[in-house]
Parts: sequence; structure tokens; C-alpha cells
Amino acid sequence: MRKALFYVSVAIALLSCAAAAPSHAASVELLGAGATFPYPLYSKMFDTYYQAYKVKINYQAIGSGGGIQQLISKTVDFGGTDAFMNEKEMKKAEVPILHIPTCLGAVVVTYNLPDKPKLKFTPDVIADIFLGKITRWDDPRIAAVNPEVKLPGLSIVVVHRSDGSGTTYIFSDYLTKVSKDWAFKVGADKSLNWPVGLGAKGNPGVAGLINQTPGAIGYVELIYTLQNNMPAGIIKNKAGNFIEPNIKSTSAAANIDMPDDTRVSLTDTAAADGYPISGFTWLILYKEQNYSSDRSKERAEELVKLLWWMLHEGQQIAEPMQYAPIPSSAVTRGEQILRSVVYNGAPLLTK
Amino acid sequence: METESNTGAISVIEFLDAVKNSGKTKRWQLDPFTTPESIFRALLYGSAFCMVLLLAGILLTLIIESFPAIKAFGLKFLFSKTWDPVTEEFGALPFLIGTLITSFLALAISIPFSLSLSLYLGEYAAEDFLSSLLRSAVELLAGVPSVIYGFWGLFILVPVVRFIEIKLGVTPYGVGMLTSSLILAIMIIPYSASLGREVIRLVPIELKEAAYSLGATRFEVIRRVILPYVVSGITAGNILALGRAIGETMAVTMVIGNSNFIPRSIFAPANTMASVIANEFTEATGTLYLSSLVEIGLLLFVVTMVINILGKQIIKKMSVQV
Repeated sequence: MRKALFYVSVAIALLSCAAAAPSHAASVELLGAGATFPYPLYSKMFDTYYQAYKVKINYQAIGSGGGIQQLISKTVDFGGTDAFMNEKEMKKAEVPILHIPTCLGAVVVTYNLPDKPKLKFTPDVIADIFLGKITRWDDPRIAAVNPEVKLPGLSIVVVHRSDGSGTTYIFSDYLTKVSKDWAFKVGADKSLNWPVGLGAKGNPGVAGLINQTPGAIGYVELIYTLQNNMPAGIIKNKAGNFIEPNIKSTSAAANIDMPDDTRVSLTDTAAADGYPISGFTWLILYKEQNYSSDRSKERAEELVKLLWWMLHEGQQIAEPMQYAPIPSSAVTRGEQILRSVVYNGAPLLTK
Repeated sequence: METESNTGAISVIEFLDAVKNSGKTKRWQLDPFTTPESIFRALLYGSAFCMVLLLAGILLTLIIESFPAIKAFGLKFLFSKTWDPVTEEFGALPFLIGTLITSFLALAISIPFSLSLSLYLGEYAAEDFLSSLLRSAVELLAGVPSVIYGFWGLFILVPVVRFIEIKLGVTPYGVGMLTSSLILAIMIIPYSASLGREVIRLVPIELKEAAYSLGATRFEVIRRVILPYVVSGITAGNILALGRAIGETMAVTMVIGNSNFIPRSIFAPANTMASVIANEFTEATGTLYLSSLVEIGLLLFVVTMVINILGKQIIKKMSVQV
């Protein structure tokens, strides 16, 4: 009886091994480079993918700008970026480049005030604080939206990122949309000519300086406030609702009419329950995969398979890691884009 | 072996032979590349030449890479106060001023401490356990990675400076030029102190004993004999330390406040050349932006070079002829 059980279990083990064994050659190692923000998520996704399909993916988190440059110089299979490539960059690439959204990030306004009150902000108040026009916490315009909070008579100390960053890009892109003054004086980019405030390096630097400085206000990635239990400003969105930043409201920000290529800024979203300072992060790849003489069709197929997996199974990894998964409407768009990827003009995805 | 030596290269055996025979044979009869002496000399010349080549290469690369910015802004780059990546308008004045003020202030703060340290270690301290402990501590301080200093500055020094600022009634940022100068001073003290100690120990004992025999006190010996003798060496140590302060990046970035304005007081946040490069280089896109950052690197290179040359002149003037 015992022996029979042993044989059965061995048989089952062998069978399951056979089922899990990859049917294709495991020699392909895909290369990627780019954005640092989704790096922890990508590492986990790529590790899971390797466990299941034995395809190695090597992703270097060198920053969005570097990701775009490496793709253009054709040293990687795919790039990663927090800001979609603008027309100028697309032109520089000469051949069509596709954007596949992989997850969403949000930027949170956080502050250091006694008793950590939950504060509400309207877009014009945020813009004027970061422009240096509102300089005290007991300013009547802050008090007007927070009647239930007793605001301290402290000076506001603005803290921003000193290093070039996609976080700064999303935040300034939002302020450019909601404030004419900001659009005129500062604009949107990864590094800015800040009118006021202190600069600190990286999310930890900004968070550290805010935690130390009474009356400080700054912006960090949502994931950072979730992990460090920092107060997060509730922000009035385009529909007029005050939205608390969390994974759900970030995903909701993508529920809008989207262009076919998903190159869209989600800040100041029209979605009624969407958090207004959110944005996609993308993986970018060439539409025609036979772009160099030594590029095999097998490699291109593996790449498309990986991206398809990231749009579907991969999304389940996002939320446990405190990244916002992309909504189903964006998944559909991503599928359409992946279907348009070709090798010598022939589509790579046939399902 | 003389016959085979025309190839220029020699084997180990030939080398050992040459060493063995060097006493017997007249050296000058051998081919210039076969005596150990000449090989060693060629090696030395070669490495020295490589260093010069490396320096020239760095300078050349910086100039070539910063050419688009030099063409676009010219001399305005040095005098413009705006650093705006959005509109691609770049001027380095705030960073130049920030670098010079923080590093010279750091030098000024460090001199009393480094001088007394080197006097104590070089002249007063007996060769006992305590002095060797102190010496190793100073050397250890020089080896601490700058990011550690940065963290220490951010979490310990910044609150202290903020407390002082509140007492003084200035805006209590905590971070700023004073904080970074203090951090820099602590970072450079080990350099100038250990160099100072070395030169103080080199003062000839006869000079000191002569002074003592004339009835000079210890303080008088230090003031009239030791200090004049070592002043050029101490200055050299301080210039080396200043060079380190100018180029320091990580620790400064963490405590200076990184604001691209020309600072109005020593409490104000500012930015330095090294820290703006470290901050913005990774995500800089666009030719003009990148080459402006490289031009700041070039400027940093030139500033360091000018200070070194000036320092050499000062040392020359200060040296006493014994």
C-alpha cells in the first residue's frame, strides 16, 4: 500500500515537472533598462515570469531618460519610462515606438504638522504653496477647505526633489494643468527652476527633511507614504470630489477616454473618483521587431509574450506590492498595441 | 646575452643574469633596455606620462562634451543666475558661488582644529597609547565614506543648526550653507591634521634644542621655531583639504538644501557644482541640458586647477630658507 502510494506520488511529480517544463529554448535573455519607480514591481514580475517560463529578464533601473536613450541606440529589447516619449523623442527614433502601460503611480502631497491632521487641498492652493504665494499654514485659503482643523501659525517650508525625477514630472505636469501661473513661471519637467524651497535627494531625502522640519510640505510617491505612514493630502479633482490617494483611486484615474497609443497624461484626470496626481508608467519597444541584422524572431516573440503576461497575470502582483494595477480599459488598449507588433511585417501575436 | 638584447624585451632569466653580472660587466656596454635600472626608469617615465595623458584626456573630453553649451551661452554661462531645465536656460553662477563659499568657510572653520590637532600630535603627545589611539582615530575619520557624514549631518547636525537658527530668529531650515560648511570642515580636518603632524615631526631637533637652550618656553618654541618652519607644509595640507571640500558631493547634497539661488546669508540653502551634477545628470535629457552639466564639470575642474596653482605660489612665497 505504502509502496503504491510512493509510485503514484513519483508519477504525479514527474507529470507536473513535464507540464511545467518550458517548450521553447531557454537561451534567450531579454534586456531592459529605464524607470526606477516601477523597478521593485518589475523585479518581482520578472522573477515570477522566470519561475514559470525560464526566460531571464535583466532590467537595469537607470532612469527614464536612460531607458529611452538605450532603446533608441538599440542596446536593449525594451525600455521603461514614467513619462511618455514626446514627439521630438519619437522623431529621433525614426521608426515607430510603442508604449505599453504596466502600472500606475501617484504622487502624494505630504506635510509635517503637529498631531498629523488630515488636510484637504484645492489645486490652486497647492500651486500657490509651491509658488511661494501662500507662506503660512494659517492662511485663510487653507483654512477655508479645512474648517474642522485648527491650523498652526507656522511658516510653510517647501521641500522638493533635487534630483531629476519622474515624480517631479508628474507633480509639475499636474500643477501646469491646474494653474496658469505655474504653467507660465515654472512649467513641467523632471528638474525645475523652483521658485521656493529646499531640495532633497530621492523620496527618502524629501521624506526625511519633511519629517524633521516643522511646517514642511513636499511631494513623494504614494508607495512611500504607504510604507512610512506619512500624512497624505486629500486633493480636489476635476469633478470636484476630494480624493484620498490610495491604490484604488490611483487605478481609477485611468478610467478615461484614452488615445489608442496610451500616450496620455493622467494628471488632473476627468475620472470622477480618480486621484488627480497619477500617471502611467510604460514599457517601450519597437513596432517592427526586426530592427537589426542580428535580431532573431525568437527573441521578438519572447518579448511580446512577456509583455502580454505583464498585462494579464503580472497585474496580480501589483497590488500586494502597493503599486496600482492598470484598469481593464487600459489592458484592452495594451492588447491592441501588442497585436500590432510585427517581425518583418508579420504580426507576432496570433491569438 | 648581449647579442640577443636587441629585441628590447628580456626574459626573467636574462633579467636575473643581468642582476648577477651587473657588478662584473660595465653597465654602459649593455643595451639601454636590458639593465634593470633602465627598465625601471622607463617604467617610471611611462607611468608618469600616462598620468599626464589621463589629465589631458579628461580635460579634452570635458571641453568636447560641453561644446554645445559653450556655443549656446558663451561667457554668459558664468554670470547667469538662471538654471531652468524647462526652458533650457542655463547659468552656473549660483553653483560657483555656493561651491566657493562653502569650501572656503569649511577651510576657515577647520584650520584652528586641524592646526591644534597637528601641534598636539606632532609636538606635545608622547609616543604612548593615547597618542597612537588619537592618531588612528584621525586617520579613521579620513576613511569614513562621505554618505555616512551626510546621514550624520542630516539627522544630528541639521536639528542642531535649526535650533541655533530658531534662537537667532532666522528662517529655521536647518539645512543650508552653514550646515554643509560644518560637515565639510569635519571631513577635511583629518587630511590637514595628519599632513600637519608629519611636517611638524620633521622640524630638526637641533633647532628646537637650540631655542630651548636659549631659555625659550615651549609656547615660544612653537611660535618662533616650529610654526615658521612648517608654515608651507601646513598650507600645502590645507590646500589639499580645500580641494577635497570643493569636490565633495554626497555629504553636501544631503545637507545644503539644493536650491538654485544665489545665497543671501550663510544660513540660506544653496547648491554646489558637484551636487548639481550628481543630482541632475541621471535624468537629464536633451543635448543642451547634458552639455551644460558637463560644462559645470569643466568649471569645477578649472576652479580646482586655479586653486592648486595659486596654492603652489603661496607655498613658494612662504617657504623659509633655513
